[in-house]
Amino acid sequence: MDAVLLARIQFAMTIGFHFLFPPLSIGLGWMIFISELFGKKNQNYKAIGYFFGKILGLIFAVGVATGIVMEFQFGTNWSEYSKFVGDIFGAPLAAEGIFAFFLESTFLGLYIFGRKKVSKNVHVFASLMVAIGATISAFWIIVANSWQQTPAGFIVQNNRAELTDFWAAVFNPSTLVRFFHTLDAALISGAFLWAGISAYMILKNKQTEIAKVSLRFAIIFGLIVSLLEVYPFGHEHGRVMARTQPEKFAAIMGLYNSQNAAPMVLFAFPTNMPPDLKAKIEIPGLLSWLALGDVNARLKGINEFPADEIPPLFLTFVSYHNMVVLGMYFILIMALSAYKIRKKTLWENKKLLKVLFWSIPLPLIASQLGWMAAEVGRQPWIVYHLLKTKDAVSVSVGAGEILFSIILFALIYVLLFRVLFVLLKKKVNNGFELLTEEAI
Amino acid sequence: MDLNIIWFLLVGILIIGYAVLDGFDLGVGIIHLFTKDENEKRINLNAIGPVWDGNEVWLLTGGGALFAAFPIVYATVFSGFYLAFMLLLAALIFRAVSFEFRKYSEPKDKKYWDLAFGIGSLVPALLYGVAIGNILRGLPIDVKGAYHGSFLGLLNPYALAVGAVSLVMFVMHGAIYMTLKTDGLLRDKMIRRANTSWIVFVLLYFIATFMTIFSGRWLFESVLGFPIFWILLALLFITIIYIPIGLKTKRFGNTFTASTLIITSMILLVALSLFPKLVPSSLDLGYSLTIYNASSTPRTLETMLIIAIIGVPIVLVYTIWIYRIFRGKVELNKDSY
Ligand code: HDD
Ligand code: HEM
Ligand code: HEM
Repeated sequence: MDAVLLARIQFAMTIGFHFLFPPLSIGLGWMIFISELFGKKNQNYKAIGYFFGKILGLIFAVGVATGIVMEFQFGTNWSEYSKFVGDIFGAPLAAEGIFAFFLESTFLGLYIFGRKKVSKNVHVFASLMVAIGATISAFWIIVANSWQQTPAGFIVQNNRAELTDFWAAVFNPSTLVRFFHTLDAALISGAFLWAGISAYMILKNKQTEIAKVSLRFAIIFGLIVSLLEVYPFGHEHGRVMARTQPEKFAAIMGLYNSQNAAPMVLFAFPTNMPPDLKAKIEIPGLLSWLALGDVNARLKGINEFPADEIPPLFLTFVSYHNMVVLGMYFILIMALSAYKIRKKTLWENKKLLKVLFWSIPLPLIASQLGWMAAEVGRQPWIVYHLLKTKDAVSVSVGAGEILFSIILFALIYVLLFRVLFVLLKKKVNNGFELLTEEAI
Repeated sequence: MDLNIIWFLLVGILIIGYAVLDGFDLGVGIIHLFTKDENEKRINLNAIGPVWDGNEVWLLTGGGALFAAFPIVYATVFSGFYLAFMLLLAALIFRAVSFEFRKYSEPKDKKYWDLAFGIGSLVPALLYGVAIGNILRGLPIDVKGAYHGSFLGLLNPYALAVGAVSLVMFVMHGAIYMTLKTDGLLRDKMIRRANTSWIVFVLLYFIATFMTIFSGRWLFESVLGFPIFWILLALLFITIIYIPIGLKTKRFGNTFTASTLIITSMILLVALSLFPKLVPSSLDLGYSLTIYNASSTPRTLETMLIIAIIGVPIVLVYTIWIYRIFRGKVELNKDSY
């Protein structure tokens, strides 16, 4: 196998594994802050915050461990890319360290170990800093990623992209839509983990009174963030993409021939060559309207782009559409649960509680699918319209070395995942602990 | 002073911050390998528990800053040291998860995470020195800046000697840190460890310095004329001599300051002898990567400087604040590791 393919597989594997944890850290971070805030007056929320604080500690640790790899991987595997983008890309990465990583890791230490050492207000403040730190970290890394999707504020000179306008590079056309969409995906992931664990405790009759409070909180929070994800965040993201990356847009939407009044494809089975959709269900004109606000607007199809500059059609279409389906499902399930809470029947509804429990991984899957659409959709470019992926790998690293490290990390990640899973299960089975002042 | 020199200094400061702060964490981790008693083990873990992740961020920020300020160095060295880097990353992964995983594991499984913590600390402590040794020796970099070395080539006697120095230095630094965090008999044990590692450190330091004269004579060419070189060397010797004295007179705070200064002055001496090179080429010194031919544009350096000027003081303020909250002896409670 060639080095480029291996390097891509390695990047996809390590970032995909890393990205199982940041969404949970960010989502839990904010929800814990809210619980700690309520917990100043309410004993139940205090116990809830304390419990999920421990869960966060475990998840955060794996997030950190897998993040370290990412920080250095641009240099180890993508040296030509690093040379090309260094002038622009390094700054967000360094800013992430200075403004975010220090904040979250330092205050997580204070939050977990400082309960007895500082006042209640300082302790709540520590949880807020953890959430803010994780959010700022998402911001800066997404700046870097978005620049590579829609580059701005630079000129190409001396074989590299050189910075001309820092703010234009930071707030490039896709930064804000991508940031809000990803941040909200993190909040959804946190809400589903929280709801699923609370539902499980009710099912197992563990401290049901606290678990009910906890579940109600997660459902209300989850419903709001699930709605926001589809509208406005998902919608706006799609509109920006239609303007800035039309070939990616055409690929994920399954628009293989240019047309007026382009339809929105709801379901289909795509075949790669020649591009075609089988068994499709579509709504005429909807895509044109969503993208450009006009039912009859003309949209460019894949046929209008050079054949060697279009992304893989199957993967992009499938990942995007499954993400959207999951987005609809999240709204549905949260709305249904909220309705049952109003009717006071959720607590006895074993089926729905089980569904909530089994839905825990779904937002993470949706996030992976979203990134797949975004990143595979950018191919064959590593930096959109500037640098091809095949020209970006490290020249001095052989295929064998990359293969070795893929196997190494794959083994480590399987081990980490297993241990994390067992420990989380054990923690959940121990349930909430009521916190009296002396007990801590 | 131009921006390139400022960034040379700033990256240096980040590396020093990392070596001083995570240095004692790594040292405690290595000591942990030789700790048998469960209570002592918990004291090791909790002595650094609240701060180790913040300390490690100095490395991440240093990596980011190197990427931003000297992307060519970031790209060349990291891809050149590929396998060594993968080993380092694997070690850091295990170390990062060992605290939480150990905490929640069954008692019979805790020993695996002790090992992960210990080896995960030992490997980086060694590899950092090996990396510095190789850079001091010069890397096989051609005129285009492409690297032509092998993994085994990195494990030459000189680099291994420097690796041994850094390993033992961090053990000493960690043992001295632990004297601040412990009491009574346990503290006496830490004092003994600090003393032993001090002897080994002094020995290895002289061996490695002696080897430097043969492997990189040019390193001394320009620096001998700089007064700052002699000042740093004097500082290094004074602080080295102070360690056993401070331990004997039980001035642990001062001793810790001294070992901090040892690390600082050693890194500054390395930086000074390399300057303005970042990575000397062993094929031809003219091919070396320098702070001028490997840097980003002035605009990026300037932007980054603003980021650093805003960010670093804030980081320092809350880091110092948190260290103050957790100062003093380790107390174990329900939330501890
Ligand atoms: C949208 C959010 C997001 C994305 C896309 C990424 N990360 Fe991440 N990362 C985080 C959000 C995050 C976080 C929330 O800040 C983490 C995750 C869990 C955690 O503990 O902190 C984190 C941890 C984390 C750490 C450890 C920080 C520490 O020690 O405290 C590093 C070095 C990185 N990440 C680096 C990266 C790089 C180089 C990425 C891109 C290739 C990347 N992350 C993608
Ligand atoms: C966290 C969520 C992310 C996921 C799940 C993700 C996923 C992927 C996948 C699947 C690929 C391989 C695409 C292919 O080769 O066909 C890839 C490539 C890549 N991504 Fe991402 N990505 C994420 C975030 C980022 C971020 C934040 C950055 C930059 C800051 C980034 C930079 C890159 C680079 C440099 C490559 C390698 C070159 C390439 O194959 O295009 N990614 N990513
Ligand atoms: C109907 C709802 C949704 C719509 C219309 C939508 C739309 C989009 C669009 C247009 C992209 C951009 C891809 C690119 O840049 O190429 C995207 C990416 C992404 N989506 Fe969604 N999405 C929806 C639901 C969700 C849900 C429910 C989640 C997760 C919980 C999610 C997570 C992501 C992630 C993580 C990315 C990659 C990062 C990014 O580019 O923002 N999306 N989505």
